[in-house]
Amino acid sequence: MVRKEMIAMLLAGGEGKRLGVLTKDLAKPAVYFGGKYRIIDFTLSNCAHSGIDTVGVLTQYQPLELNRYLGIGSPWGLDRRDGGMTILPPYVKQKGGVWYKGTANAIYQNMAFIERYNPEYVLVISGDHIYKMDYDLMLQHHKRSGADVTIAGLQVDWKEASRFGVMHVDDEDRITAFEEKPKNPTSNIASMGVYIFTWKTLQKHLIYDEANRNSSHDFGKDIIPAMMREGRKLHAFPFKGYWKDVGTIESLWEANMDLLAEEPPLDLYDTEWRIYSVNPNRPAQFTSAEAVVTSSVVSEGCVIEGEVDRSVLFYGVQAEVGSIISESVIMPNVRIGKGARIYRSIIGEGAVIQAGAVIGTPEDDAITVVAVEQYVTNDHMVLEVEPT
Amino acid sequence: MKHRILGVINLIHENDELGPLTQGRCLATVPFGAKYRLIDFALSSMVNSGISKVAVFAHTKYRSLMDHLGSGKHWDLQHRQSGLFILPPLTDDLLEVSRGDLYHFYQQRDYFNRSSLDYIVIARSHMVCNIDFERVLAYHQEQDADITVVCKEHDGPVLGKSRKVKLDADGRVTEIQEHFGRLESNISSMEMYIMRKDLLMDLVETSLAQGQDHLVRHAIFSRLGQLRVFGYRHEGYLGVVNTLASYYQHSMNLLDQDVWKELFFMPGPVYTKVKDEPPTRYAAGSRVTGSLIANGCRIEGTVENSVIFRGVHVEKGAVVKDSIIMQNGYVGQGSFVQYSIMDKDVRVEAGRDIRGAGASPFMAAKRKII
Repeated sequence: MVRKEMIAMLLAGGEGKRLGVLTKDLAKPAVYFGGKYRIIDFTLSNCAHSGIDTVGVLTQYQPLELNRYLGIGSPWGLDRRDGGMTILPPYVKQKGGVWYKGTANAIYQNMAFIERYNPEYVLVISGDHIYKMDYDLMLQHHKRSGADVTIAGLQVDWKEASRFGVMHVDDEDRITAFEEKPKNPTSNIASMGVYIFTWKTLQKHLIYDEANRNSSHDFGKDIIPAMMREGRKLHAFPFKGYWKDVGTIESLWEANMDLLAEEPPLDLYDTEWRIYSVNPNRPAQFTSAEAVVTSSVVSEGCVIEGEVDRSVLFYGVQAEVGSIISESVIMPNVRIGKGARIYRSIIGEGAVIQAGAVIGTPEDDAITVVAVEQYVTNDHMVLEVEPT
Repeated sequence: MKHRILGVINLIHENDELGPLTQGRCLATVPFGAKYRLIDFALSSMVNSGISKVAVFAHTKYRSLMDHLGSGKHWDLQHRQSGLFILPPLTDDLLEVSRGDLYHFYQQRDYFNRSSLDYIVIARSHMVCNIDFERVLAYHQEQDADITVVCKEHDGPVLGKSRKVKLDADGRVTEIQEHFGRLESNISSMEMYIMRKDLLMDLVETSLAQGQDHLVRHAIFSRLGQLRVFGYRHEGYLGVVNTLASYYQHSMNLLDQDVWKELFFMPGPVYTKVKDEPPTRYAAGSRVTGSLIANGCRIEGTVENSVIFRGVHVEKGAVVKDSIIMQNGYVGQGSFVQYSIMDKDVRVEAGRDIRGAGASPFMAAKRKII
């Protein structure tokens, strides 16, 4: 086996509980975003642009749709002879099988996979975040500092800091303290959940951690604090740019709306850093003579005969004459009948909105969600769509 | 189900009057329909009909063809045993490149002989349609035909240049003439032929032995008496795209929603080379009506009744009407563009006023800056 300097382990087992009906049959990394993508496209594209050709994708919760989507990794250039993409679900061993007990345990259970490539460094990332980042720059930083682990850090709003693992750093970016989700944060440098470990060191810690019955086997809660305690060298890699954890309905909606800004903080149009994804095979979008489309992002295969304003439309959406779509995210293949109105909503894939139905209100702050393949009638009955 | 048809897309001496659009590319790779190339339609129809082995007889200017088709993966034609084969002219002498298609079929006879498939479908790239060849084969067998020609019956005048066909009451072809012939018929040939492979190989050898090397003109025209040649009527949309006027008009026809649905979805989808373009962004003041727009565009101005390819940027205050703007085109602030065809990477600077006429659209060659 060809030796790899660094391989990536991508944690993609997230359940995304707070996304409610959107993750009922779907792992969080497979949730749709931005008119065309799924959340995991961002980290996989980052790998592709950072020269990483070996990625282990750790799946657990509802993996069917995600596995089907990832295939053999071709869209991200990961269908390789040596390395490429490998899907790593929990599996049954001689003494029985166990689920991944935590993020660290998921890596622990796949040490044999990592050893095959005998890497110097292991990049641990999560498929739940939307950002563009060159991991190679981070690797150079890691090698220069000679750290045991380098953690990507982002300055966040003080009021948000308690949602993250926060780090104190010295002048040379060395981490002097690390707290996981502190009640009263004393730093606003948040861990982005992007780690580069020197593999030999991580391996030792994974083995210690596994033996510790009190551990929750989590990177932020257990491995990083243990490395701090043992005086390992922890460095922060300062990241500037857009980074979003779309953990809730509100944040998913907001992240989509971020794309509609005059100068979007996340540039999808950078030809040097394209976001790769499975391209659906659809003809160009069709706008009729009556259509009005403003401040929106619209994908291929849509047929628009109504009014669309400040919205994100995925591929294959049909909006009939007189329909109004405002401040909403419409996932693939949704059909919106004549005169239907949709405000501040997220409509799940394949849903059908009957002519004249009204969903959400322009005034309300709350986001209305219509689940995948639901049929919404004009008197607000919600039914399952009949399979066609 | 095992399929029995071998596909051939014949690009040898395709009638091409597209002027600047085919200056640096072959007819097969002329961009069409906001994200496709002409060849995608024949190729997708074959794939959707279950044909898994397709040979493309490349002829001239085929760099863009190789680039577009690649390994055939995007048409699901990258298989272990079959898939896509690009066969450029196999000649010692460059003069032989200009010989007829039968000569080139003969040069590549190994390709045909090696295949165990019984039937062969030969198609051209400039007949834009969506067709199920399994149905053509069923008709072919029903009629006990030697050769079946796919035909289209037109209601009005035919745009583009196609051969005229006369059928008798049973559907048998009694006459075929070139587009300039005097034959009065509203039926034209779609240049798609289905026959047994053995018959094709016979026609190739006997014709060449007689010093003839054109499939249609020599092998088929002259044998209408001896062979049972039948015409299969295609009911769906057809665009004969080999003149600039027909290119423009058939592009504009796509703005009719029924044509859009029929051509792109029925009976199967049309595949093309995948590009990782983001969705299209419409700005606050944009006005887009009656248009076909691909992904990766930024629309800040007005687009009316137009076909916009991938990655086009229409700036604020710019107006694009009744036009075709190909990949990565740019229309600067306040410019006005009407009745125009802009090839790839054309840049219209700010404040320009470009108007063609409906019957003869203004044409800008690739990478032109206006």
